[in-house]
Amino acid sequence: MKLRSALLGACSVVALSGTALAETITIATVNNGDMIRMQRLAEDFTAKHPDIELQWVTLEENVLRERVTTDIAASGGQYDVMTIGNYEVPIWAKQGWLLELNGLGDDYDVDDLLPAIRGGLSVDGKLYAAPFYGESAMIMYRTDLFEGSGLEMPESPTWEFIGEAARKIKADNPDVNGICLRGKAGWGENMAFITALVNSYGGRWFDENWQPQFDQPEWKEAFQFYVDLMNEAGPSGASSNGFNENLTLFQQGKCAMWMDATVAASFVSNPEDSTVADKVGYAIFPDTGNGNHGHWLWSWNLAVPASSAKADAAQTFIAWATNKAYTELVAEKEGWANVPPGTRTSLYENEAYKEAAPFAEPTLAAMNAADITNPSVKPVPYTGGQFVAIPEFQGLGTTVGQLFSAALAGQMSVDDALAQAQNVATREMTRSGYIK
Amino acid sequence: MARAVSTRRKWIATAAAWVVALVIFFPIFYMVVTSLKTEPEAIAGISLIPSGTFENYVEVQTQRDYFKPFLNSVIISLGSTLIALLIAIPAAWSMAFSPTRRTKDILMWMLSTKMMPAVGVLVPMFLIFRDTGLLDTRIGLTVVLTLINLPIVVWMLYTYFREIPGEILEAARMDGATLMGEIVYVLTPMAVPGIASTMLLNIILAWNEAFWSIRLSAANAAPLTAFIASFSSPQGLFWAKLSAASTLAIAPILIMGWFSQRQLVRGLTFGAVK
Amino acid sequence: MHQPHKRLARSNYLPHPEVRAQRASKDALSGKSRRTIRNRNPARDPCHGYATNQNACPPDDGPAVVLLLIWMIVPLSMTIWYSFQNYNMLNPAMRGFAGFFNYVYFYTDPAFYQAIINTLFIVVGVLFITIVGGIALALLLDQPIFGQGIVRILVISPFFVMPPVAALIWKNMIMHPGYGVLADVSRFLGLQPVDWFAQYPLTSVIIIVAWQWLPFATLILLTALQSLDEEQKEAAEMDGANFANRFWYLTLPHLARAITVVILIQTIFLLAVYAEILVTTNGGPGYATTNLAFLIYRTALLSYDVGGASAGGVIAVVLANIVAIFLMRAVGRNLDR
Repeated sequence: MKLRSALLGACSVVALSGTALAETITIATVNNGDMIRMQRLAEDFTAKHPDIELQWVTLEENVLRERVTTDIAASGGQYDVMTIGNYEVPIWAKQGWLLELNGLGDDYDVDDLLPAIRGGLSVDGKLYAAPFYGESAMIMYRTDLFEGSGLEMPESPTWEFIGEAARKIKADNPDVNGICLRGKAGWGENMAFITALVNSYGGRWFDENWQPQFDQPEWKEAFQFYVDLMNEAGPSGASSNGFNENLTLFQQGKCAMWMDATVAASFVSNPEDSTVADKVGYAIFPDTGNGNHGHWLWSWNLAVPASSAKADAAQTFIAWATNKAYTELVAEKEGWANVPPGTRTSLYENEAYKEAAPFAEPTLAAMNAADITNPSVKPVPYTGGQFVAIPEFQGLGTTVGQLFSAALAGQMSVDDALAQAQNVATREMTRSGYIK
Repeated sequence: MARAVSTRRKWIATAAAWVVALVIFFPIFYMVVTSLKTEPEAIAGISLIPSGTFENYVEVQTQRDYFKPFLNSVIISLGSTLIALLIAIPAAWSMAFSPTRRTKDILMWMLSTKMMPAVGVLVPMFLIFRDTGLLDTRIGLTVVLTLINLPIVVWMLYTYFREIPGEILEAARMDGATLMGEIVYVLTPMAVPGIASTMLLNIILAWNEAFWSIRLSAANAAPLTAFIASFSSPQGLFWAKLSAASTLAIAPILIMGWFSQRQLVRGLTFGAVK
Repeated sequence: MHQPHKRLARSNYLPHPEVRAQRASKDALSGKSRRTIRNRNPARDPCHGYATNQNACPPDDGPAVVLLLIWMIVPLSMTIWYSFQNYNMLNPAMRGFAGFFNYVYFYTDPAFYQAIINTLFIVVGVLFITIVGGIALALLLDQPIFGQGIVRILVISPFFVMPPVAALIWKNMIMHPGYGVLADVSRFLGLQPVDWFAQYPLTSVIIIVAWQWLPFATLILLTALQSLDEEQKEAAEMDGANFANRFWYLTLPHLARAITVVILIQTIFLLAVYAEILVTTNGGPGYATTNLAFLIYRTALLSYDVGGASAGGVIAVVLANIVAIFLMRAVGRNLDR
């Protein structure tokens, strides 16, 4: 009798622990430094939640995007937590593919999220993804080179000034490129920059009737400016330079100016990787005097697909990874400079962070200035700053990006590239039923 | 005199062959060298002598476990090769020894389906895999790799089997051998070199297949091609680390290739040699 | 029970290789068709000698071939079905029958014609480099040299490198205009470094792909070369034929079949090249490196247009078949002895 009940007890213990252990959630994430750090620190999570096991799928950004998109659209159900951009969130949420995040816990403090970021992740006031880190764009420039050429970066530089400064510095320092900008084809590469540039020139992708606007003077003016500037003061081989290549160029002291995502600031100011760490200044993304600074806004976010069978555990994990406590955990283990930026107001009020990160203030300013609902001075039917938040943008943006990188490489004239872009965009928008 | 000339000729040929071989091998060599450099060294310009750090390998391993994808690669490439051979040997046998009027057309058609870009069938395949529960399983990947390499395997075997003189079969038949008997006792032993190199070639193709193996796997079945895809970083040019990961990914198949090159070569003729 | 494998030991089942070779060449000389040769050989008779009418064979070999066909047909027919559907994964509401719209849309893509031309350029360019280079290398490796084994290992190594890795190595470490080895070399020579992927994008892709396939061609050609009768070679040398003559009249004809095989196998893979393009140029600049496979990739995994990608896949298969028919006409005869 005794033995039997003991056995039964043992069995039930095994059964209990069995069901408890069964909760394994699969997390798909990009291989950016911040996410790899999260993976490393995840022991903290499993220590606090022994009933949840984590399984990671870490991939390069483009491959990851392909995979999670295919999975969610075909309800493959392979992932419980997906890392997606603020480009996908509103599109997917409207399709009903994402779960509303309403189980993040009482201590989560949703109101602490930066308003611009939170707005981009909400549909009808409901939050569908939690931001892991966020970024806008700004100018990073070499204070020593500016001084050497007798230049001073204004409070709010215009593109005109940038163009002159780049050419002057290039003339004064033949070994240095006056400016480095993205040229590699891709909707998230050169088109992110060019879209922000055109926004600040007063242009837009589509008018209120979804007619493409590449035939408008703003595009011609902005794109011609970009091509001329890069040819005269940019690096050779610019048409294959993306964020990475420019980062390396800047870190090696080969660029006087670089306009790109604000996360770059923590890399160029890190003396371990950067030879110019102590000579970097920051300024707001240029405009044309119209107060439009491009409205670049990006965030990497964690979301739960509607097909997940383990939504509660998934939300528990998301709450851990995007809460204030995680910020403190990173600060404690790896220092304040490595904290994922751009998601919470409280971070930018933290003195320890502001001290460790000299770029904190310009980053916050840039993020607060971004308004993805009104990216252009003219009215637009879409949202999104450096992208257009419609499903067709990935394909269309990449095709247009190819044409523009050909113009940059000198294989096509600016006018041809714009005309072909207009043609391609009209075709795609007609097919997708936007243009009736 | 004649001997002196031939020795000189041998030296010239040796020098030329070595130069060409080193040029061809250089990119792989340079990748291994780069994997032993520090990151700043990796982009500091050409230098063939690294500072000899193994840090990149350690970092790669801590960032993502190597052994699970390695094991998956081994299982998937061996498994798909075995299944492909099991299906292909009888098929190629009947095509080679009992050809019908359509045999050549079928062969050509099979090969031409291989010319279809895989991505065109991605979504249909994904849906089949979802419905059969094969997503992210080794079995699923094994099946799909079998499928895509099968035409090549059948064709290779077909060309070998045709090399085998029909007289042997005739003799075996007169001795009363059954169909299976013919295959098992007569045909297969004679085709061993051919089957061996078909097998090796298929292992190489399966190991290096980088489309399906990345798209139909997630956490459980991901092979080394997916391992590589997690190292090309969007934040900085980590060439040294990427080189270390790449070296790890190609090392097993490279070493296998080196050791088995004789067998591989013997059968790689596709019946091209009379 | 019989033990047929034992009988293999009896050499009289096997004609002496020389006899076979002679017989084959005699048949070739007398212009006899393959069928006459085959029919003289009962074991190759389609019906094992049981019947003479080819269409009335006992279907003993059926299952394997049928299984094979099912393997092949299922994905293909699904693709054809989807190619007539309106199906964008990101816009599930718009599903329905599309007629030929997907085909028309794919065909009228501004990149379509260039994609076809680029596809052919890649195939022809890589074939040219690998065959010419492969013959040269095979001739070189066929010479008696010191360290032959190691040289051969070095030469075949690129074949074992997975395409994305090969593309990464070339893009980052060899051809990069700033940090690549070629840039360093040209700076050392006092030249302006070439920006490969901007100035010669298609050539760069061809070089990378050719590097991967050169070992394959070399191996097959070398094996064929080594089977060339040593006596024949010496006889030609005795006759005073110089190298060029020997190569043109003896070696090259001997290699014809091997070259055919290289062309056939490589074409299959080269028509579908896309990983190298994705990693290096992303199809650009412009459409300079967009081939058919990449165009389909863009439709499927950037636009998530399943219908369009399926139509592209079907178009690719049709084109591949045209290429295949053309190939069989042009070189296929070499395969039949």
